[in-house]
Amino acid sequence: MVSASSELTYNSKIEGDVVVSRADAVINWIRTSSMWPMPMGLACCAIELMAVGASRFDIARFGAEVMRFSPKQADVMIVAGTVTYKMASAVRRIYDQMAEPKWVIAMGACASTGGMYRSYAVLQGVDRILPVDVYVSGCPPRPEALLDALIKLQEKVRREPSASKLLSA
Amino acid sequence: MPPALDAVAALKGRWAGVTDRKSLDHPAINVPASGLLAVLKSLKDEHAFDMLTDLSGVDWGVGAKPRFTVVYHVFSTSGHDYVRVAADCADDLAPELPSAAGLWPGANWHEREAFDMFGIRFAGHPDLRRILMWDGYPHFPLRKDFPLAGIETELPDAEIAAETKVGLIAAPMMGGPFVAPAGEINMTEAEPRAKDQSWTERRPKPGA
Repeated sequence: MVSASSELTYNSKIEGDVVVSRADAVINWIRTSSMWPMPMGLACCAIELMAVGASRFDIARFGAEVMRFSPKQADVMIVAGTVTYKMASAVRRIYDQMAEPKWVIAMGACASTGGMYRSYAVLQGVDRILPVDVYVSGCPPRPEALLDALIKLQEKVRREPSASKLLSA
Repeated sequence: MPPALDAVAALKGRWAGVTDRKSLDHPAINVPASGLLAVLKSLKDEHAFDMLTDLSGVDWGVGAKPRFTVVYHVFSTSGHDYVRVAADCADDLAPELPSAAGLWPGANWHEREAFDMFGIRFAGHPDLRRILMWDGYPHFPLRKDFPLAGIETELPDAEIAAETKVGLIAAPMMGGPFVAPAGEINMTEAEPRAKDQSWTERRPKPGA
């Protein structure tokens, strides 16, 4: 029997504690607010990546300060530096070990296109082996440019239909 | 007499095959491959050249005789002087020299690099593997007949190659090599750029 004083009526105990939203917005808000980077530092771009993580530029302002050297705990791989063919297999293997959902930022000219290394030893762009979400220009890019790339990636994730993807998976 | 000149004079007196080599800085000698180890050992033990500062390979070009040379720079930490020793490889197809890794442990990685880049084998080397490229890479990239852009090859990891369907490509060299212009110019124009746009990967260089 349904009592007259049901939960549908005004309840002072929960008033103000309920927010109505869409599942996409909630999931994407969670994802964008704590993107843990996998710092794939392969060359001088890694020095700028360290600057991004340190106090002057402070990637923690964007919720991505938790650099994880284990791919199992990382969400976004930041490929910072020259990817040689010898290293390419390792980069791809680490990407494969990251848990879904995962994203990739190609930081700098080398990771994006091979950069100035047009040679027999260097992979001509990491997008030949990984699906890259955001490319950052520069040699190396300024720390601000990497932060901008992270913001761009967060905007991209906010537009994803995450709930329907989860249900169809 | 400086210790380097002293040592060179003594070596020339002792081995007939040791000859002077043209040099603009330090005393330099040519040594036949057969007597190389004995000369290096004498430099180290009798003349106190106790440090091997560099070991490098040279490819004089396809058809050159001899084609491959290995150059040693040895330094005396007590005499504060350098001697340069050069040895030609007798065989142009399978160049080989005795390893100096038993004299100076520092020669180990240098010889691996010379082997990796030029294919010069060092007999008696404890672990002659490639050091920069991966095991199984089929070419010697610093040889003169190796193209600047590279040669198409398989990826080192077969599993990843099957997954990504990616192999080594000849790097795009359109208009390359890329050089910064000499002389006084502003920073924008000083960016390295393709100077010769008349040839690409598909269109061979005129006159080459």
